[in-house]
Amino acid sequence: MALAVKANGHAPVPARAGELLRFATAGSVDDGKSTLIGRLLHDTKSISDDQLEQVVSASERRGDGYLNLALLTDGLRAEREQGITIDVAYRYFQTRRRKFIIADTPGHEQYTRNMVTGASTADLSIVLVDARQGASEQTRRHAYIASLLRIPHLVVCVNKMDLVGYDEAVFDGIVEELTDWATRLDVSDITFIPISALDGDNVVERSANMPWYGGPALLYHLEHVVIATDRNLVDTRFPVQWVIRPMDEEHHDYRGYAGQVAAGVLRPGDAVRVLPSGMETSIAAIDGYGGALEAAFPPMSVTLRLADALDVGRGDMIVNRDDPPVPARELEAAVCWMGSQPMRPEARYVLKHTTRTVRAVVQELEYRVDVNTLDHVETSELGLNEIGRIHLRLSAPVMVDRYRRNRTIGSFILIDEASNDTVAAGMVIHASST
Amino acid sequence: MNPRHYELSYLQTLEAESIHVFREVAAEFERPVLLFSGGKDSLVLLRLAEKAFRPGRFPFPILHVDTGHNFPEVLEFRDRLIKHLGERLIVASVQDSIDAGRVTEETGPRASRNRLQIVTLLDALAEHRFDAAFGGARRDEERARAKERVFSFRDDFGQWDPKRQRPEPWNLYNGRIRAGEHVRVFPLSNWTELDVWQYIATEGLEVPSIYFAHSRQVFERDGMLYALNQHLPLIDGEAPFEASIRYRTVGDMTCTGAVRSTAATLEQVVREIAASRITERGETRADDRVTEAAMEDRKREGYF
Repeated sequence: MALAVKANGHAPVPARAGELLRFATAGSVDDGKSTLIGRLLHDTKSISDDQLEQVVSASERRGDGYLNLALLTDGLRAEREQGITIDVAYRYFQTRRRKFIIADTPGHEQYTRNMVTGASTADLSIVLVDARQGASEQTRRHAYIASLLRIPHLVVCVNKMDLVGYDEAVFDGIVEELTDWATRLDVSDITFIPISALDGDNVVERSANMPWYGGPALLYHLEHVVIATDRNLVDTRFPVQWVIRPMDEEHHDYRGYAGQVAAGVLRPGDAVRVLPSGMETSIAAIDGYGGALEAAFPPMSVTLRLADALDVGRGDMIVNRDDPPVPARELEAAVCWMGSQPMRPEARYVLKHTTRTVRAVVQELEYRVDVNTLDHVETSELGLNEIGRIHLRLSAPVMVDRYRRNRTIGSFILIDEASNDTVAAGMVIHASST
Repeated sequence: MNPRHYELSYLQTLEAESIHVFREVAAEFERPVLLFSGGKDSLVLLRLAEKAFRPGRFPFPILHVDTGHNFPEVLEFRDRLIKHLGERLIVASVQDSIDAGRVTEETGPRASRNRLQIVTLLDALAEHRFDAAFGGARRDEERARAKERVFSFRDDFGQWDPKRQRPEPWNLYNGRIRAGEHVRVFPLSNWTELDVWQYIATEGLEVPSIYFAHSRQVFERDGMLYALNQHLPLIDGEAPFEASIRYRTVGDMTCTGAVRSTAATLEQVVREIAASRITERGETRADDRVTEAAMEDRKREGYF
C-alpha cells in the first residue's frame, strides 16, 4: 500500500504502483504497427462501436479490401490519403491492471522529429520487426532512438510469425542478430516476443501456434513490467515555475514557489539550496490545494514555502545540499535536429531547460551518428531528423544533470529566434561550469 | 527507500501534469485566457486552475463564447460558479457578431451557430490581445484532436496547420510567438472522458443539471434526440415526445444531442460512461457528422 497522499484536499486515493504505463510504437503500415495497435485496442474492447463503424465504412469506400485499422489512428486527411503516419497520435486504453497511453509514432525517417516527440516521455518502446525480413534499417533506427531517449524498456515484437510457419529458428535468428547489435546501445531491458498482430498470436493471449515460446503475451508484459524503480527519488530537483504571492489581507506575507517535482522526495524541514545563487535555507511547508503535505515526489505539482525570505523566482532550482546539479555554462549534448534549416557551428539559438531560458551558441559539431551503423560521421552541418553530438556555450548557467541520470533535468530544446520553431531536442552528456 | 511508497494514482498523475501546463502558460505568456463552455471539461479546467494558483488569483480571465443557443441551465450555472470563484468573466456574443455584420446567420431547420462562433472567438481573442487560450479539448475525443499538441500554435488568422506542428518533446513547451499569433493550450490532452468524470466525482465538483437524467420533451432527427426548443423548428413528420434523457456533452441546443439515460447521480454517470460503447462526440454531436474530416477542417479555421 502506497503512502496515502492527501493530494490536494480530497480523500486519499489508493495509489497502485505503476498504475500508468506510457508506451510508444514506431513503424509504418508495412510493419503491422497499426494492426498491432488495432489488435490491442480491439481485444481489450477499447474501440467504440461508432469508431469501428467509421473504419469499416471508410475501408469499404477506399476499396482497401480489409478492415484498415490504420484509419483509427491516422487522424489527418493527409495521412489517410498517403497511407502513412506523419505525426504522433495518442490513444488510451485500460485493463484491470493498468491504464495505458500509447504514443503511436511515425516510422519514416523524414518524420523522426515527430517520433521523438511521442517517444520522449515513454516508459516503454515497442519496435516491430517483420519476421520475413529480419531487422531492417528502420528497426535499428527505432531501437537506437529509444535507447538515445533512454526509454527504460524496449520490446521487440517479431511480427508476421504466421508467414514464416511460426518457425522458432526464424525468431531465434532475429533475437540473436538484434541482441548482438544492441550491445552497442544503452538498453538495460530488452524483451523479444514472437507475434502475429493480424491473427492475435501472443498479443493479448498466449498463442497455441508457438508452444516453443515460454514468455508472456505482449499485453501481459505491458501490464506487469516494473516501472516504479525508473524514477529518480534520490536527488532533489525542483525547478521553480511560478511564484504565488496573493498579497491580499488573508495571505499578506504568503510567498509560495510553485513547480513540479522533477526528482527526489521533499519534506518539510529539509535543508535545501537554491541555484544558481547557492543560497541555503530549508523547506517550511509543502502546500497542496487542500492543505499541507507530508511529502512531495515526482511528478507532483506542489507549492513550496521556504524558511527564509530569499530572492527566488522562475528559472531557479531548489535542490538538496549534498549532491546538487552543476550550474553549467558549457554543455556537451546529443541532439535530434528538428529544424528545416540545418544546424551549423557558430549558430545561435534560444535554449529552454526546465523553466529556464538562456541563449546558446553552437561551439562545435562533433559528429553525426549514422543511425543504421551507429558509426560517427564527421560533418559540417546537422540536417533535419539527423542525430549528432554538439558542444554549446550558454549566456547564463543552467542547472543540469546528465540525461542518463535524470530525463527531466538532463533534457532541453533549442528554439530558432527568427522562426520561433523548436529546432532540436537535446540530451546532456556532460556539463561544465566554465 | 522503497519507490512503491512514492506513487501517484493515475488521476493524480494527470492532474500534476495539467497543473504544470497551467503554470507554464501563466509564466510564459503575457495575456492568457481560459475558454469556458460550462461543460464538464471546462469545469475540470477551472478546478485545475485553482490548484495551480491558489491562494493567489487566476493570472487570466475566463472567456465564454455565448452563441445565444445555450441551455439556460448552463448559463445559470456559469454565473453562480464564476461568482463563487471570484474570478473575472468575459462574455463574447455570437449575436453581437451577427448584429455587427461579422457573420451571417444560417437559415433553415438545420441552422446552427456552431461555425459562426469561430469568428466571435477569434474577434474576442484579437480585441483583448490574448496570446494564449486554454481549452478543454481532449485527444480521446476525435482523431484529429488525437494528433494535436498540448501547445497548439495558431497563425494570425487563428488557423491550425497540422503539418507545421512544433515538436513537443518531454514537457518542454515552446510558447514563443509573434504579435497577432496565439497558442491554444490543452491541459486535458491526455485525459479521457471517463477520467474527467472520475475526477469530477473524486473532487466532488458540481456540474450543470443537464448532465443528469431528467425528463424532457425531445424529438428525433438523423438518429439523435434533440431538446424541443425555440431555436430548432421541427421538420415535417418530427413529433416531440417525453423521455428520460441526459446530456453527455454541453454545446448548443441546436447541435447537441441527448442520450437516453436514467443516471441521476455522479456514480451512475461514471458507471454509464465506463460501459458505453459509443464515443461522446459520435453519440451527441451533429457538427462532427458533416464529413470524415469535419473536426480537422474546423480546427484549421480556428475552431476550439
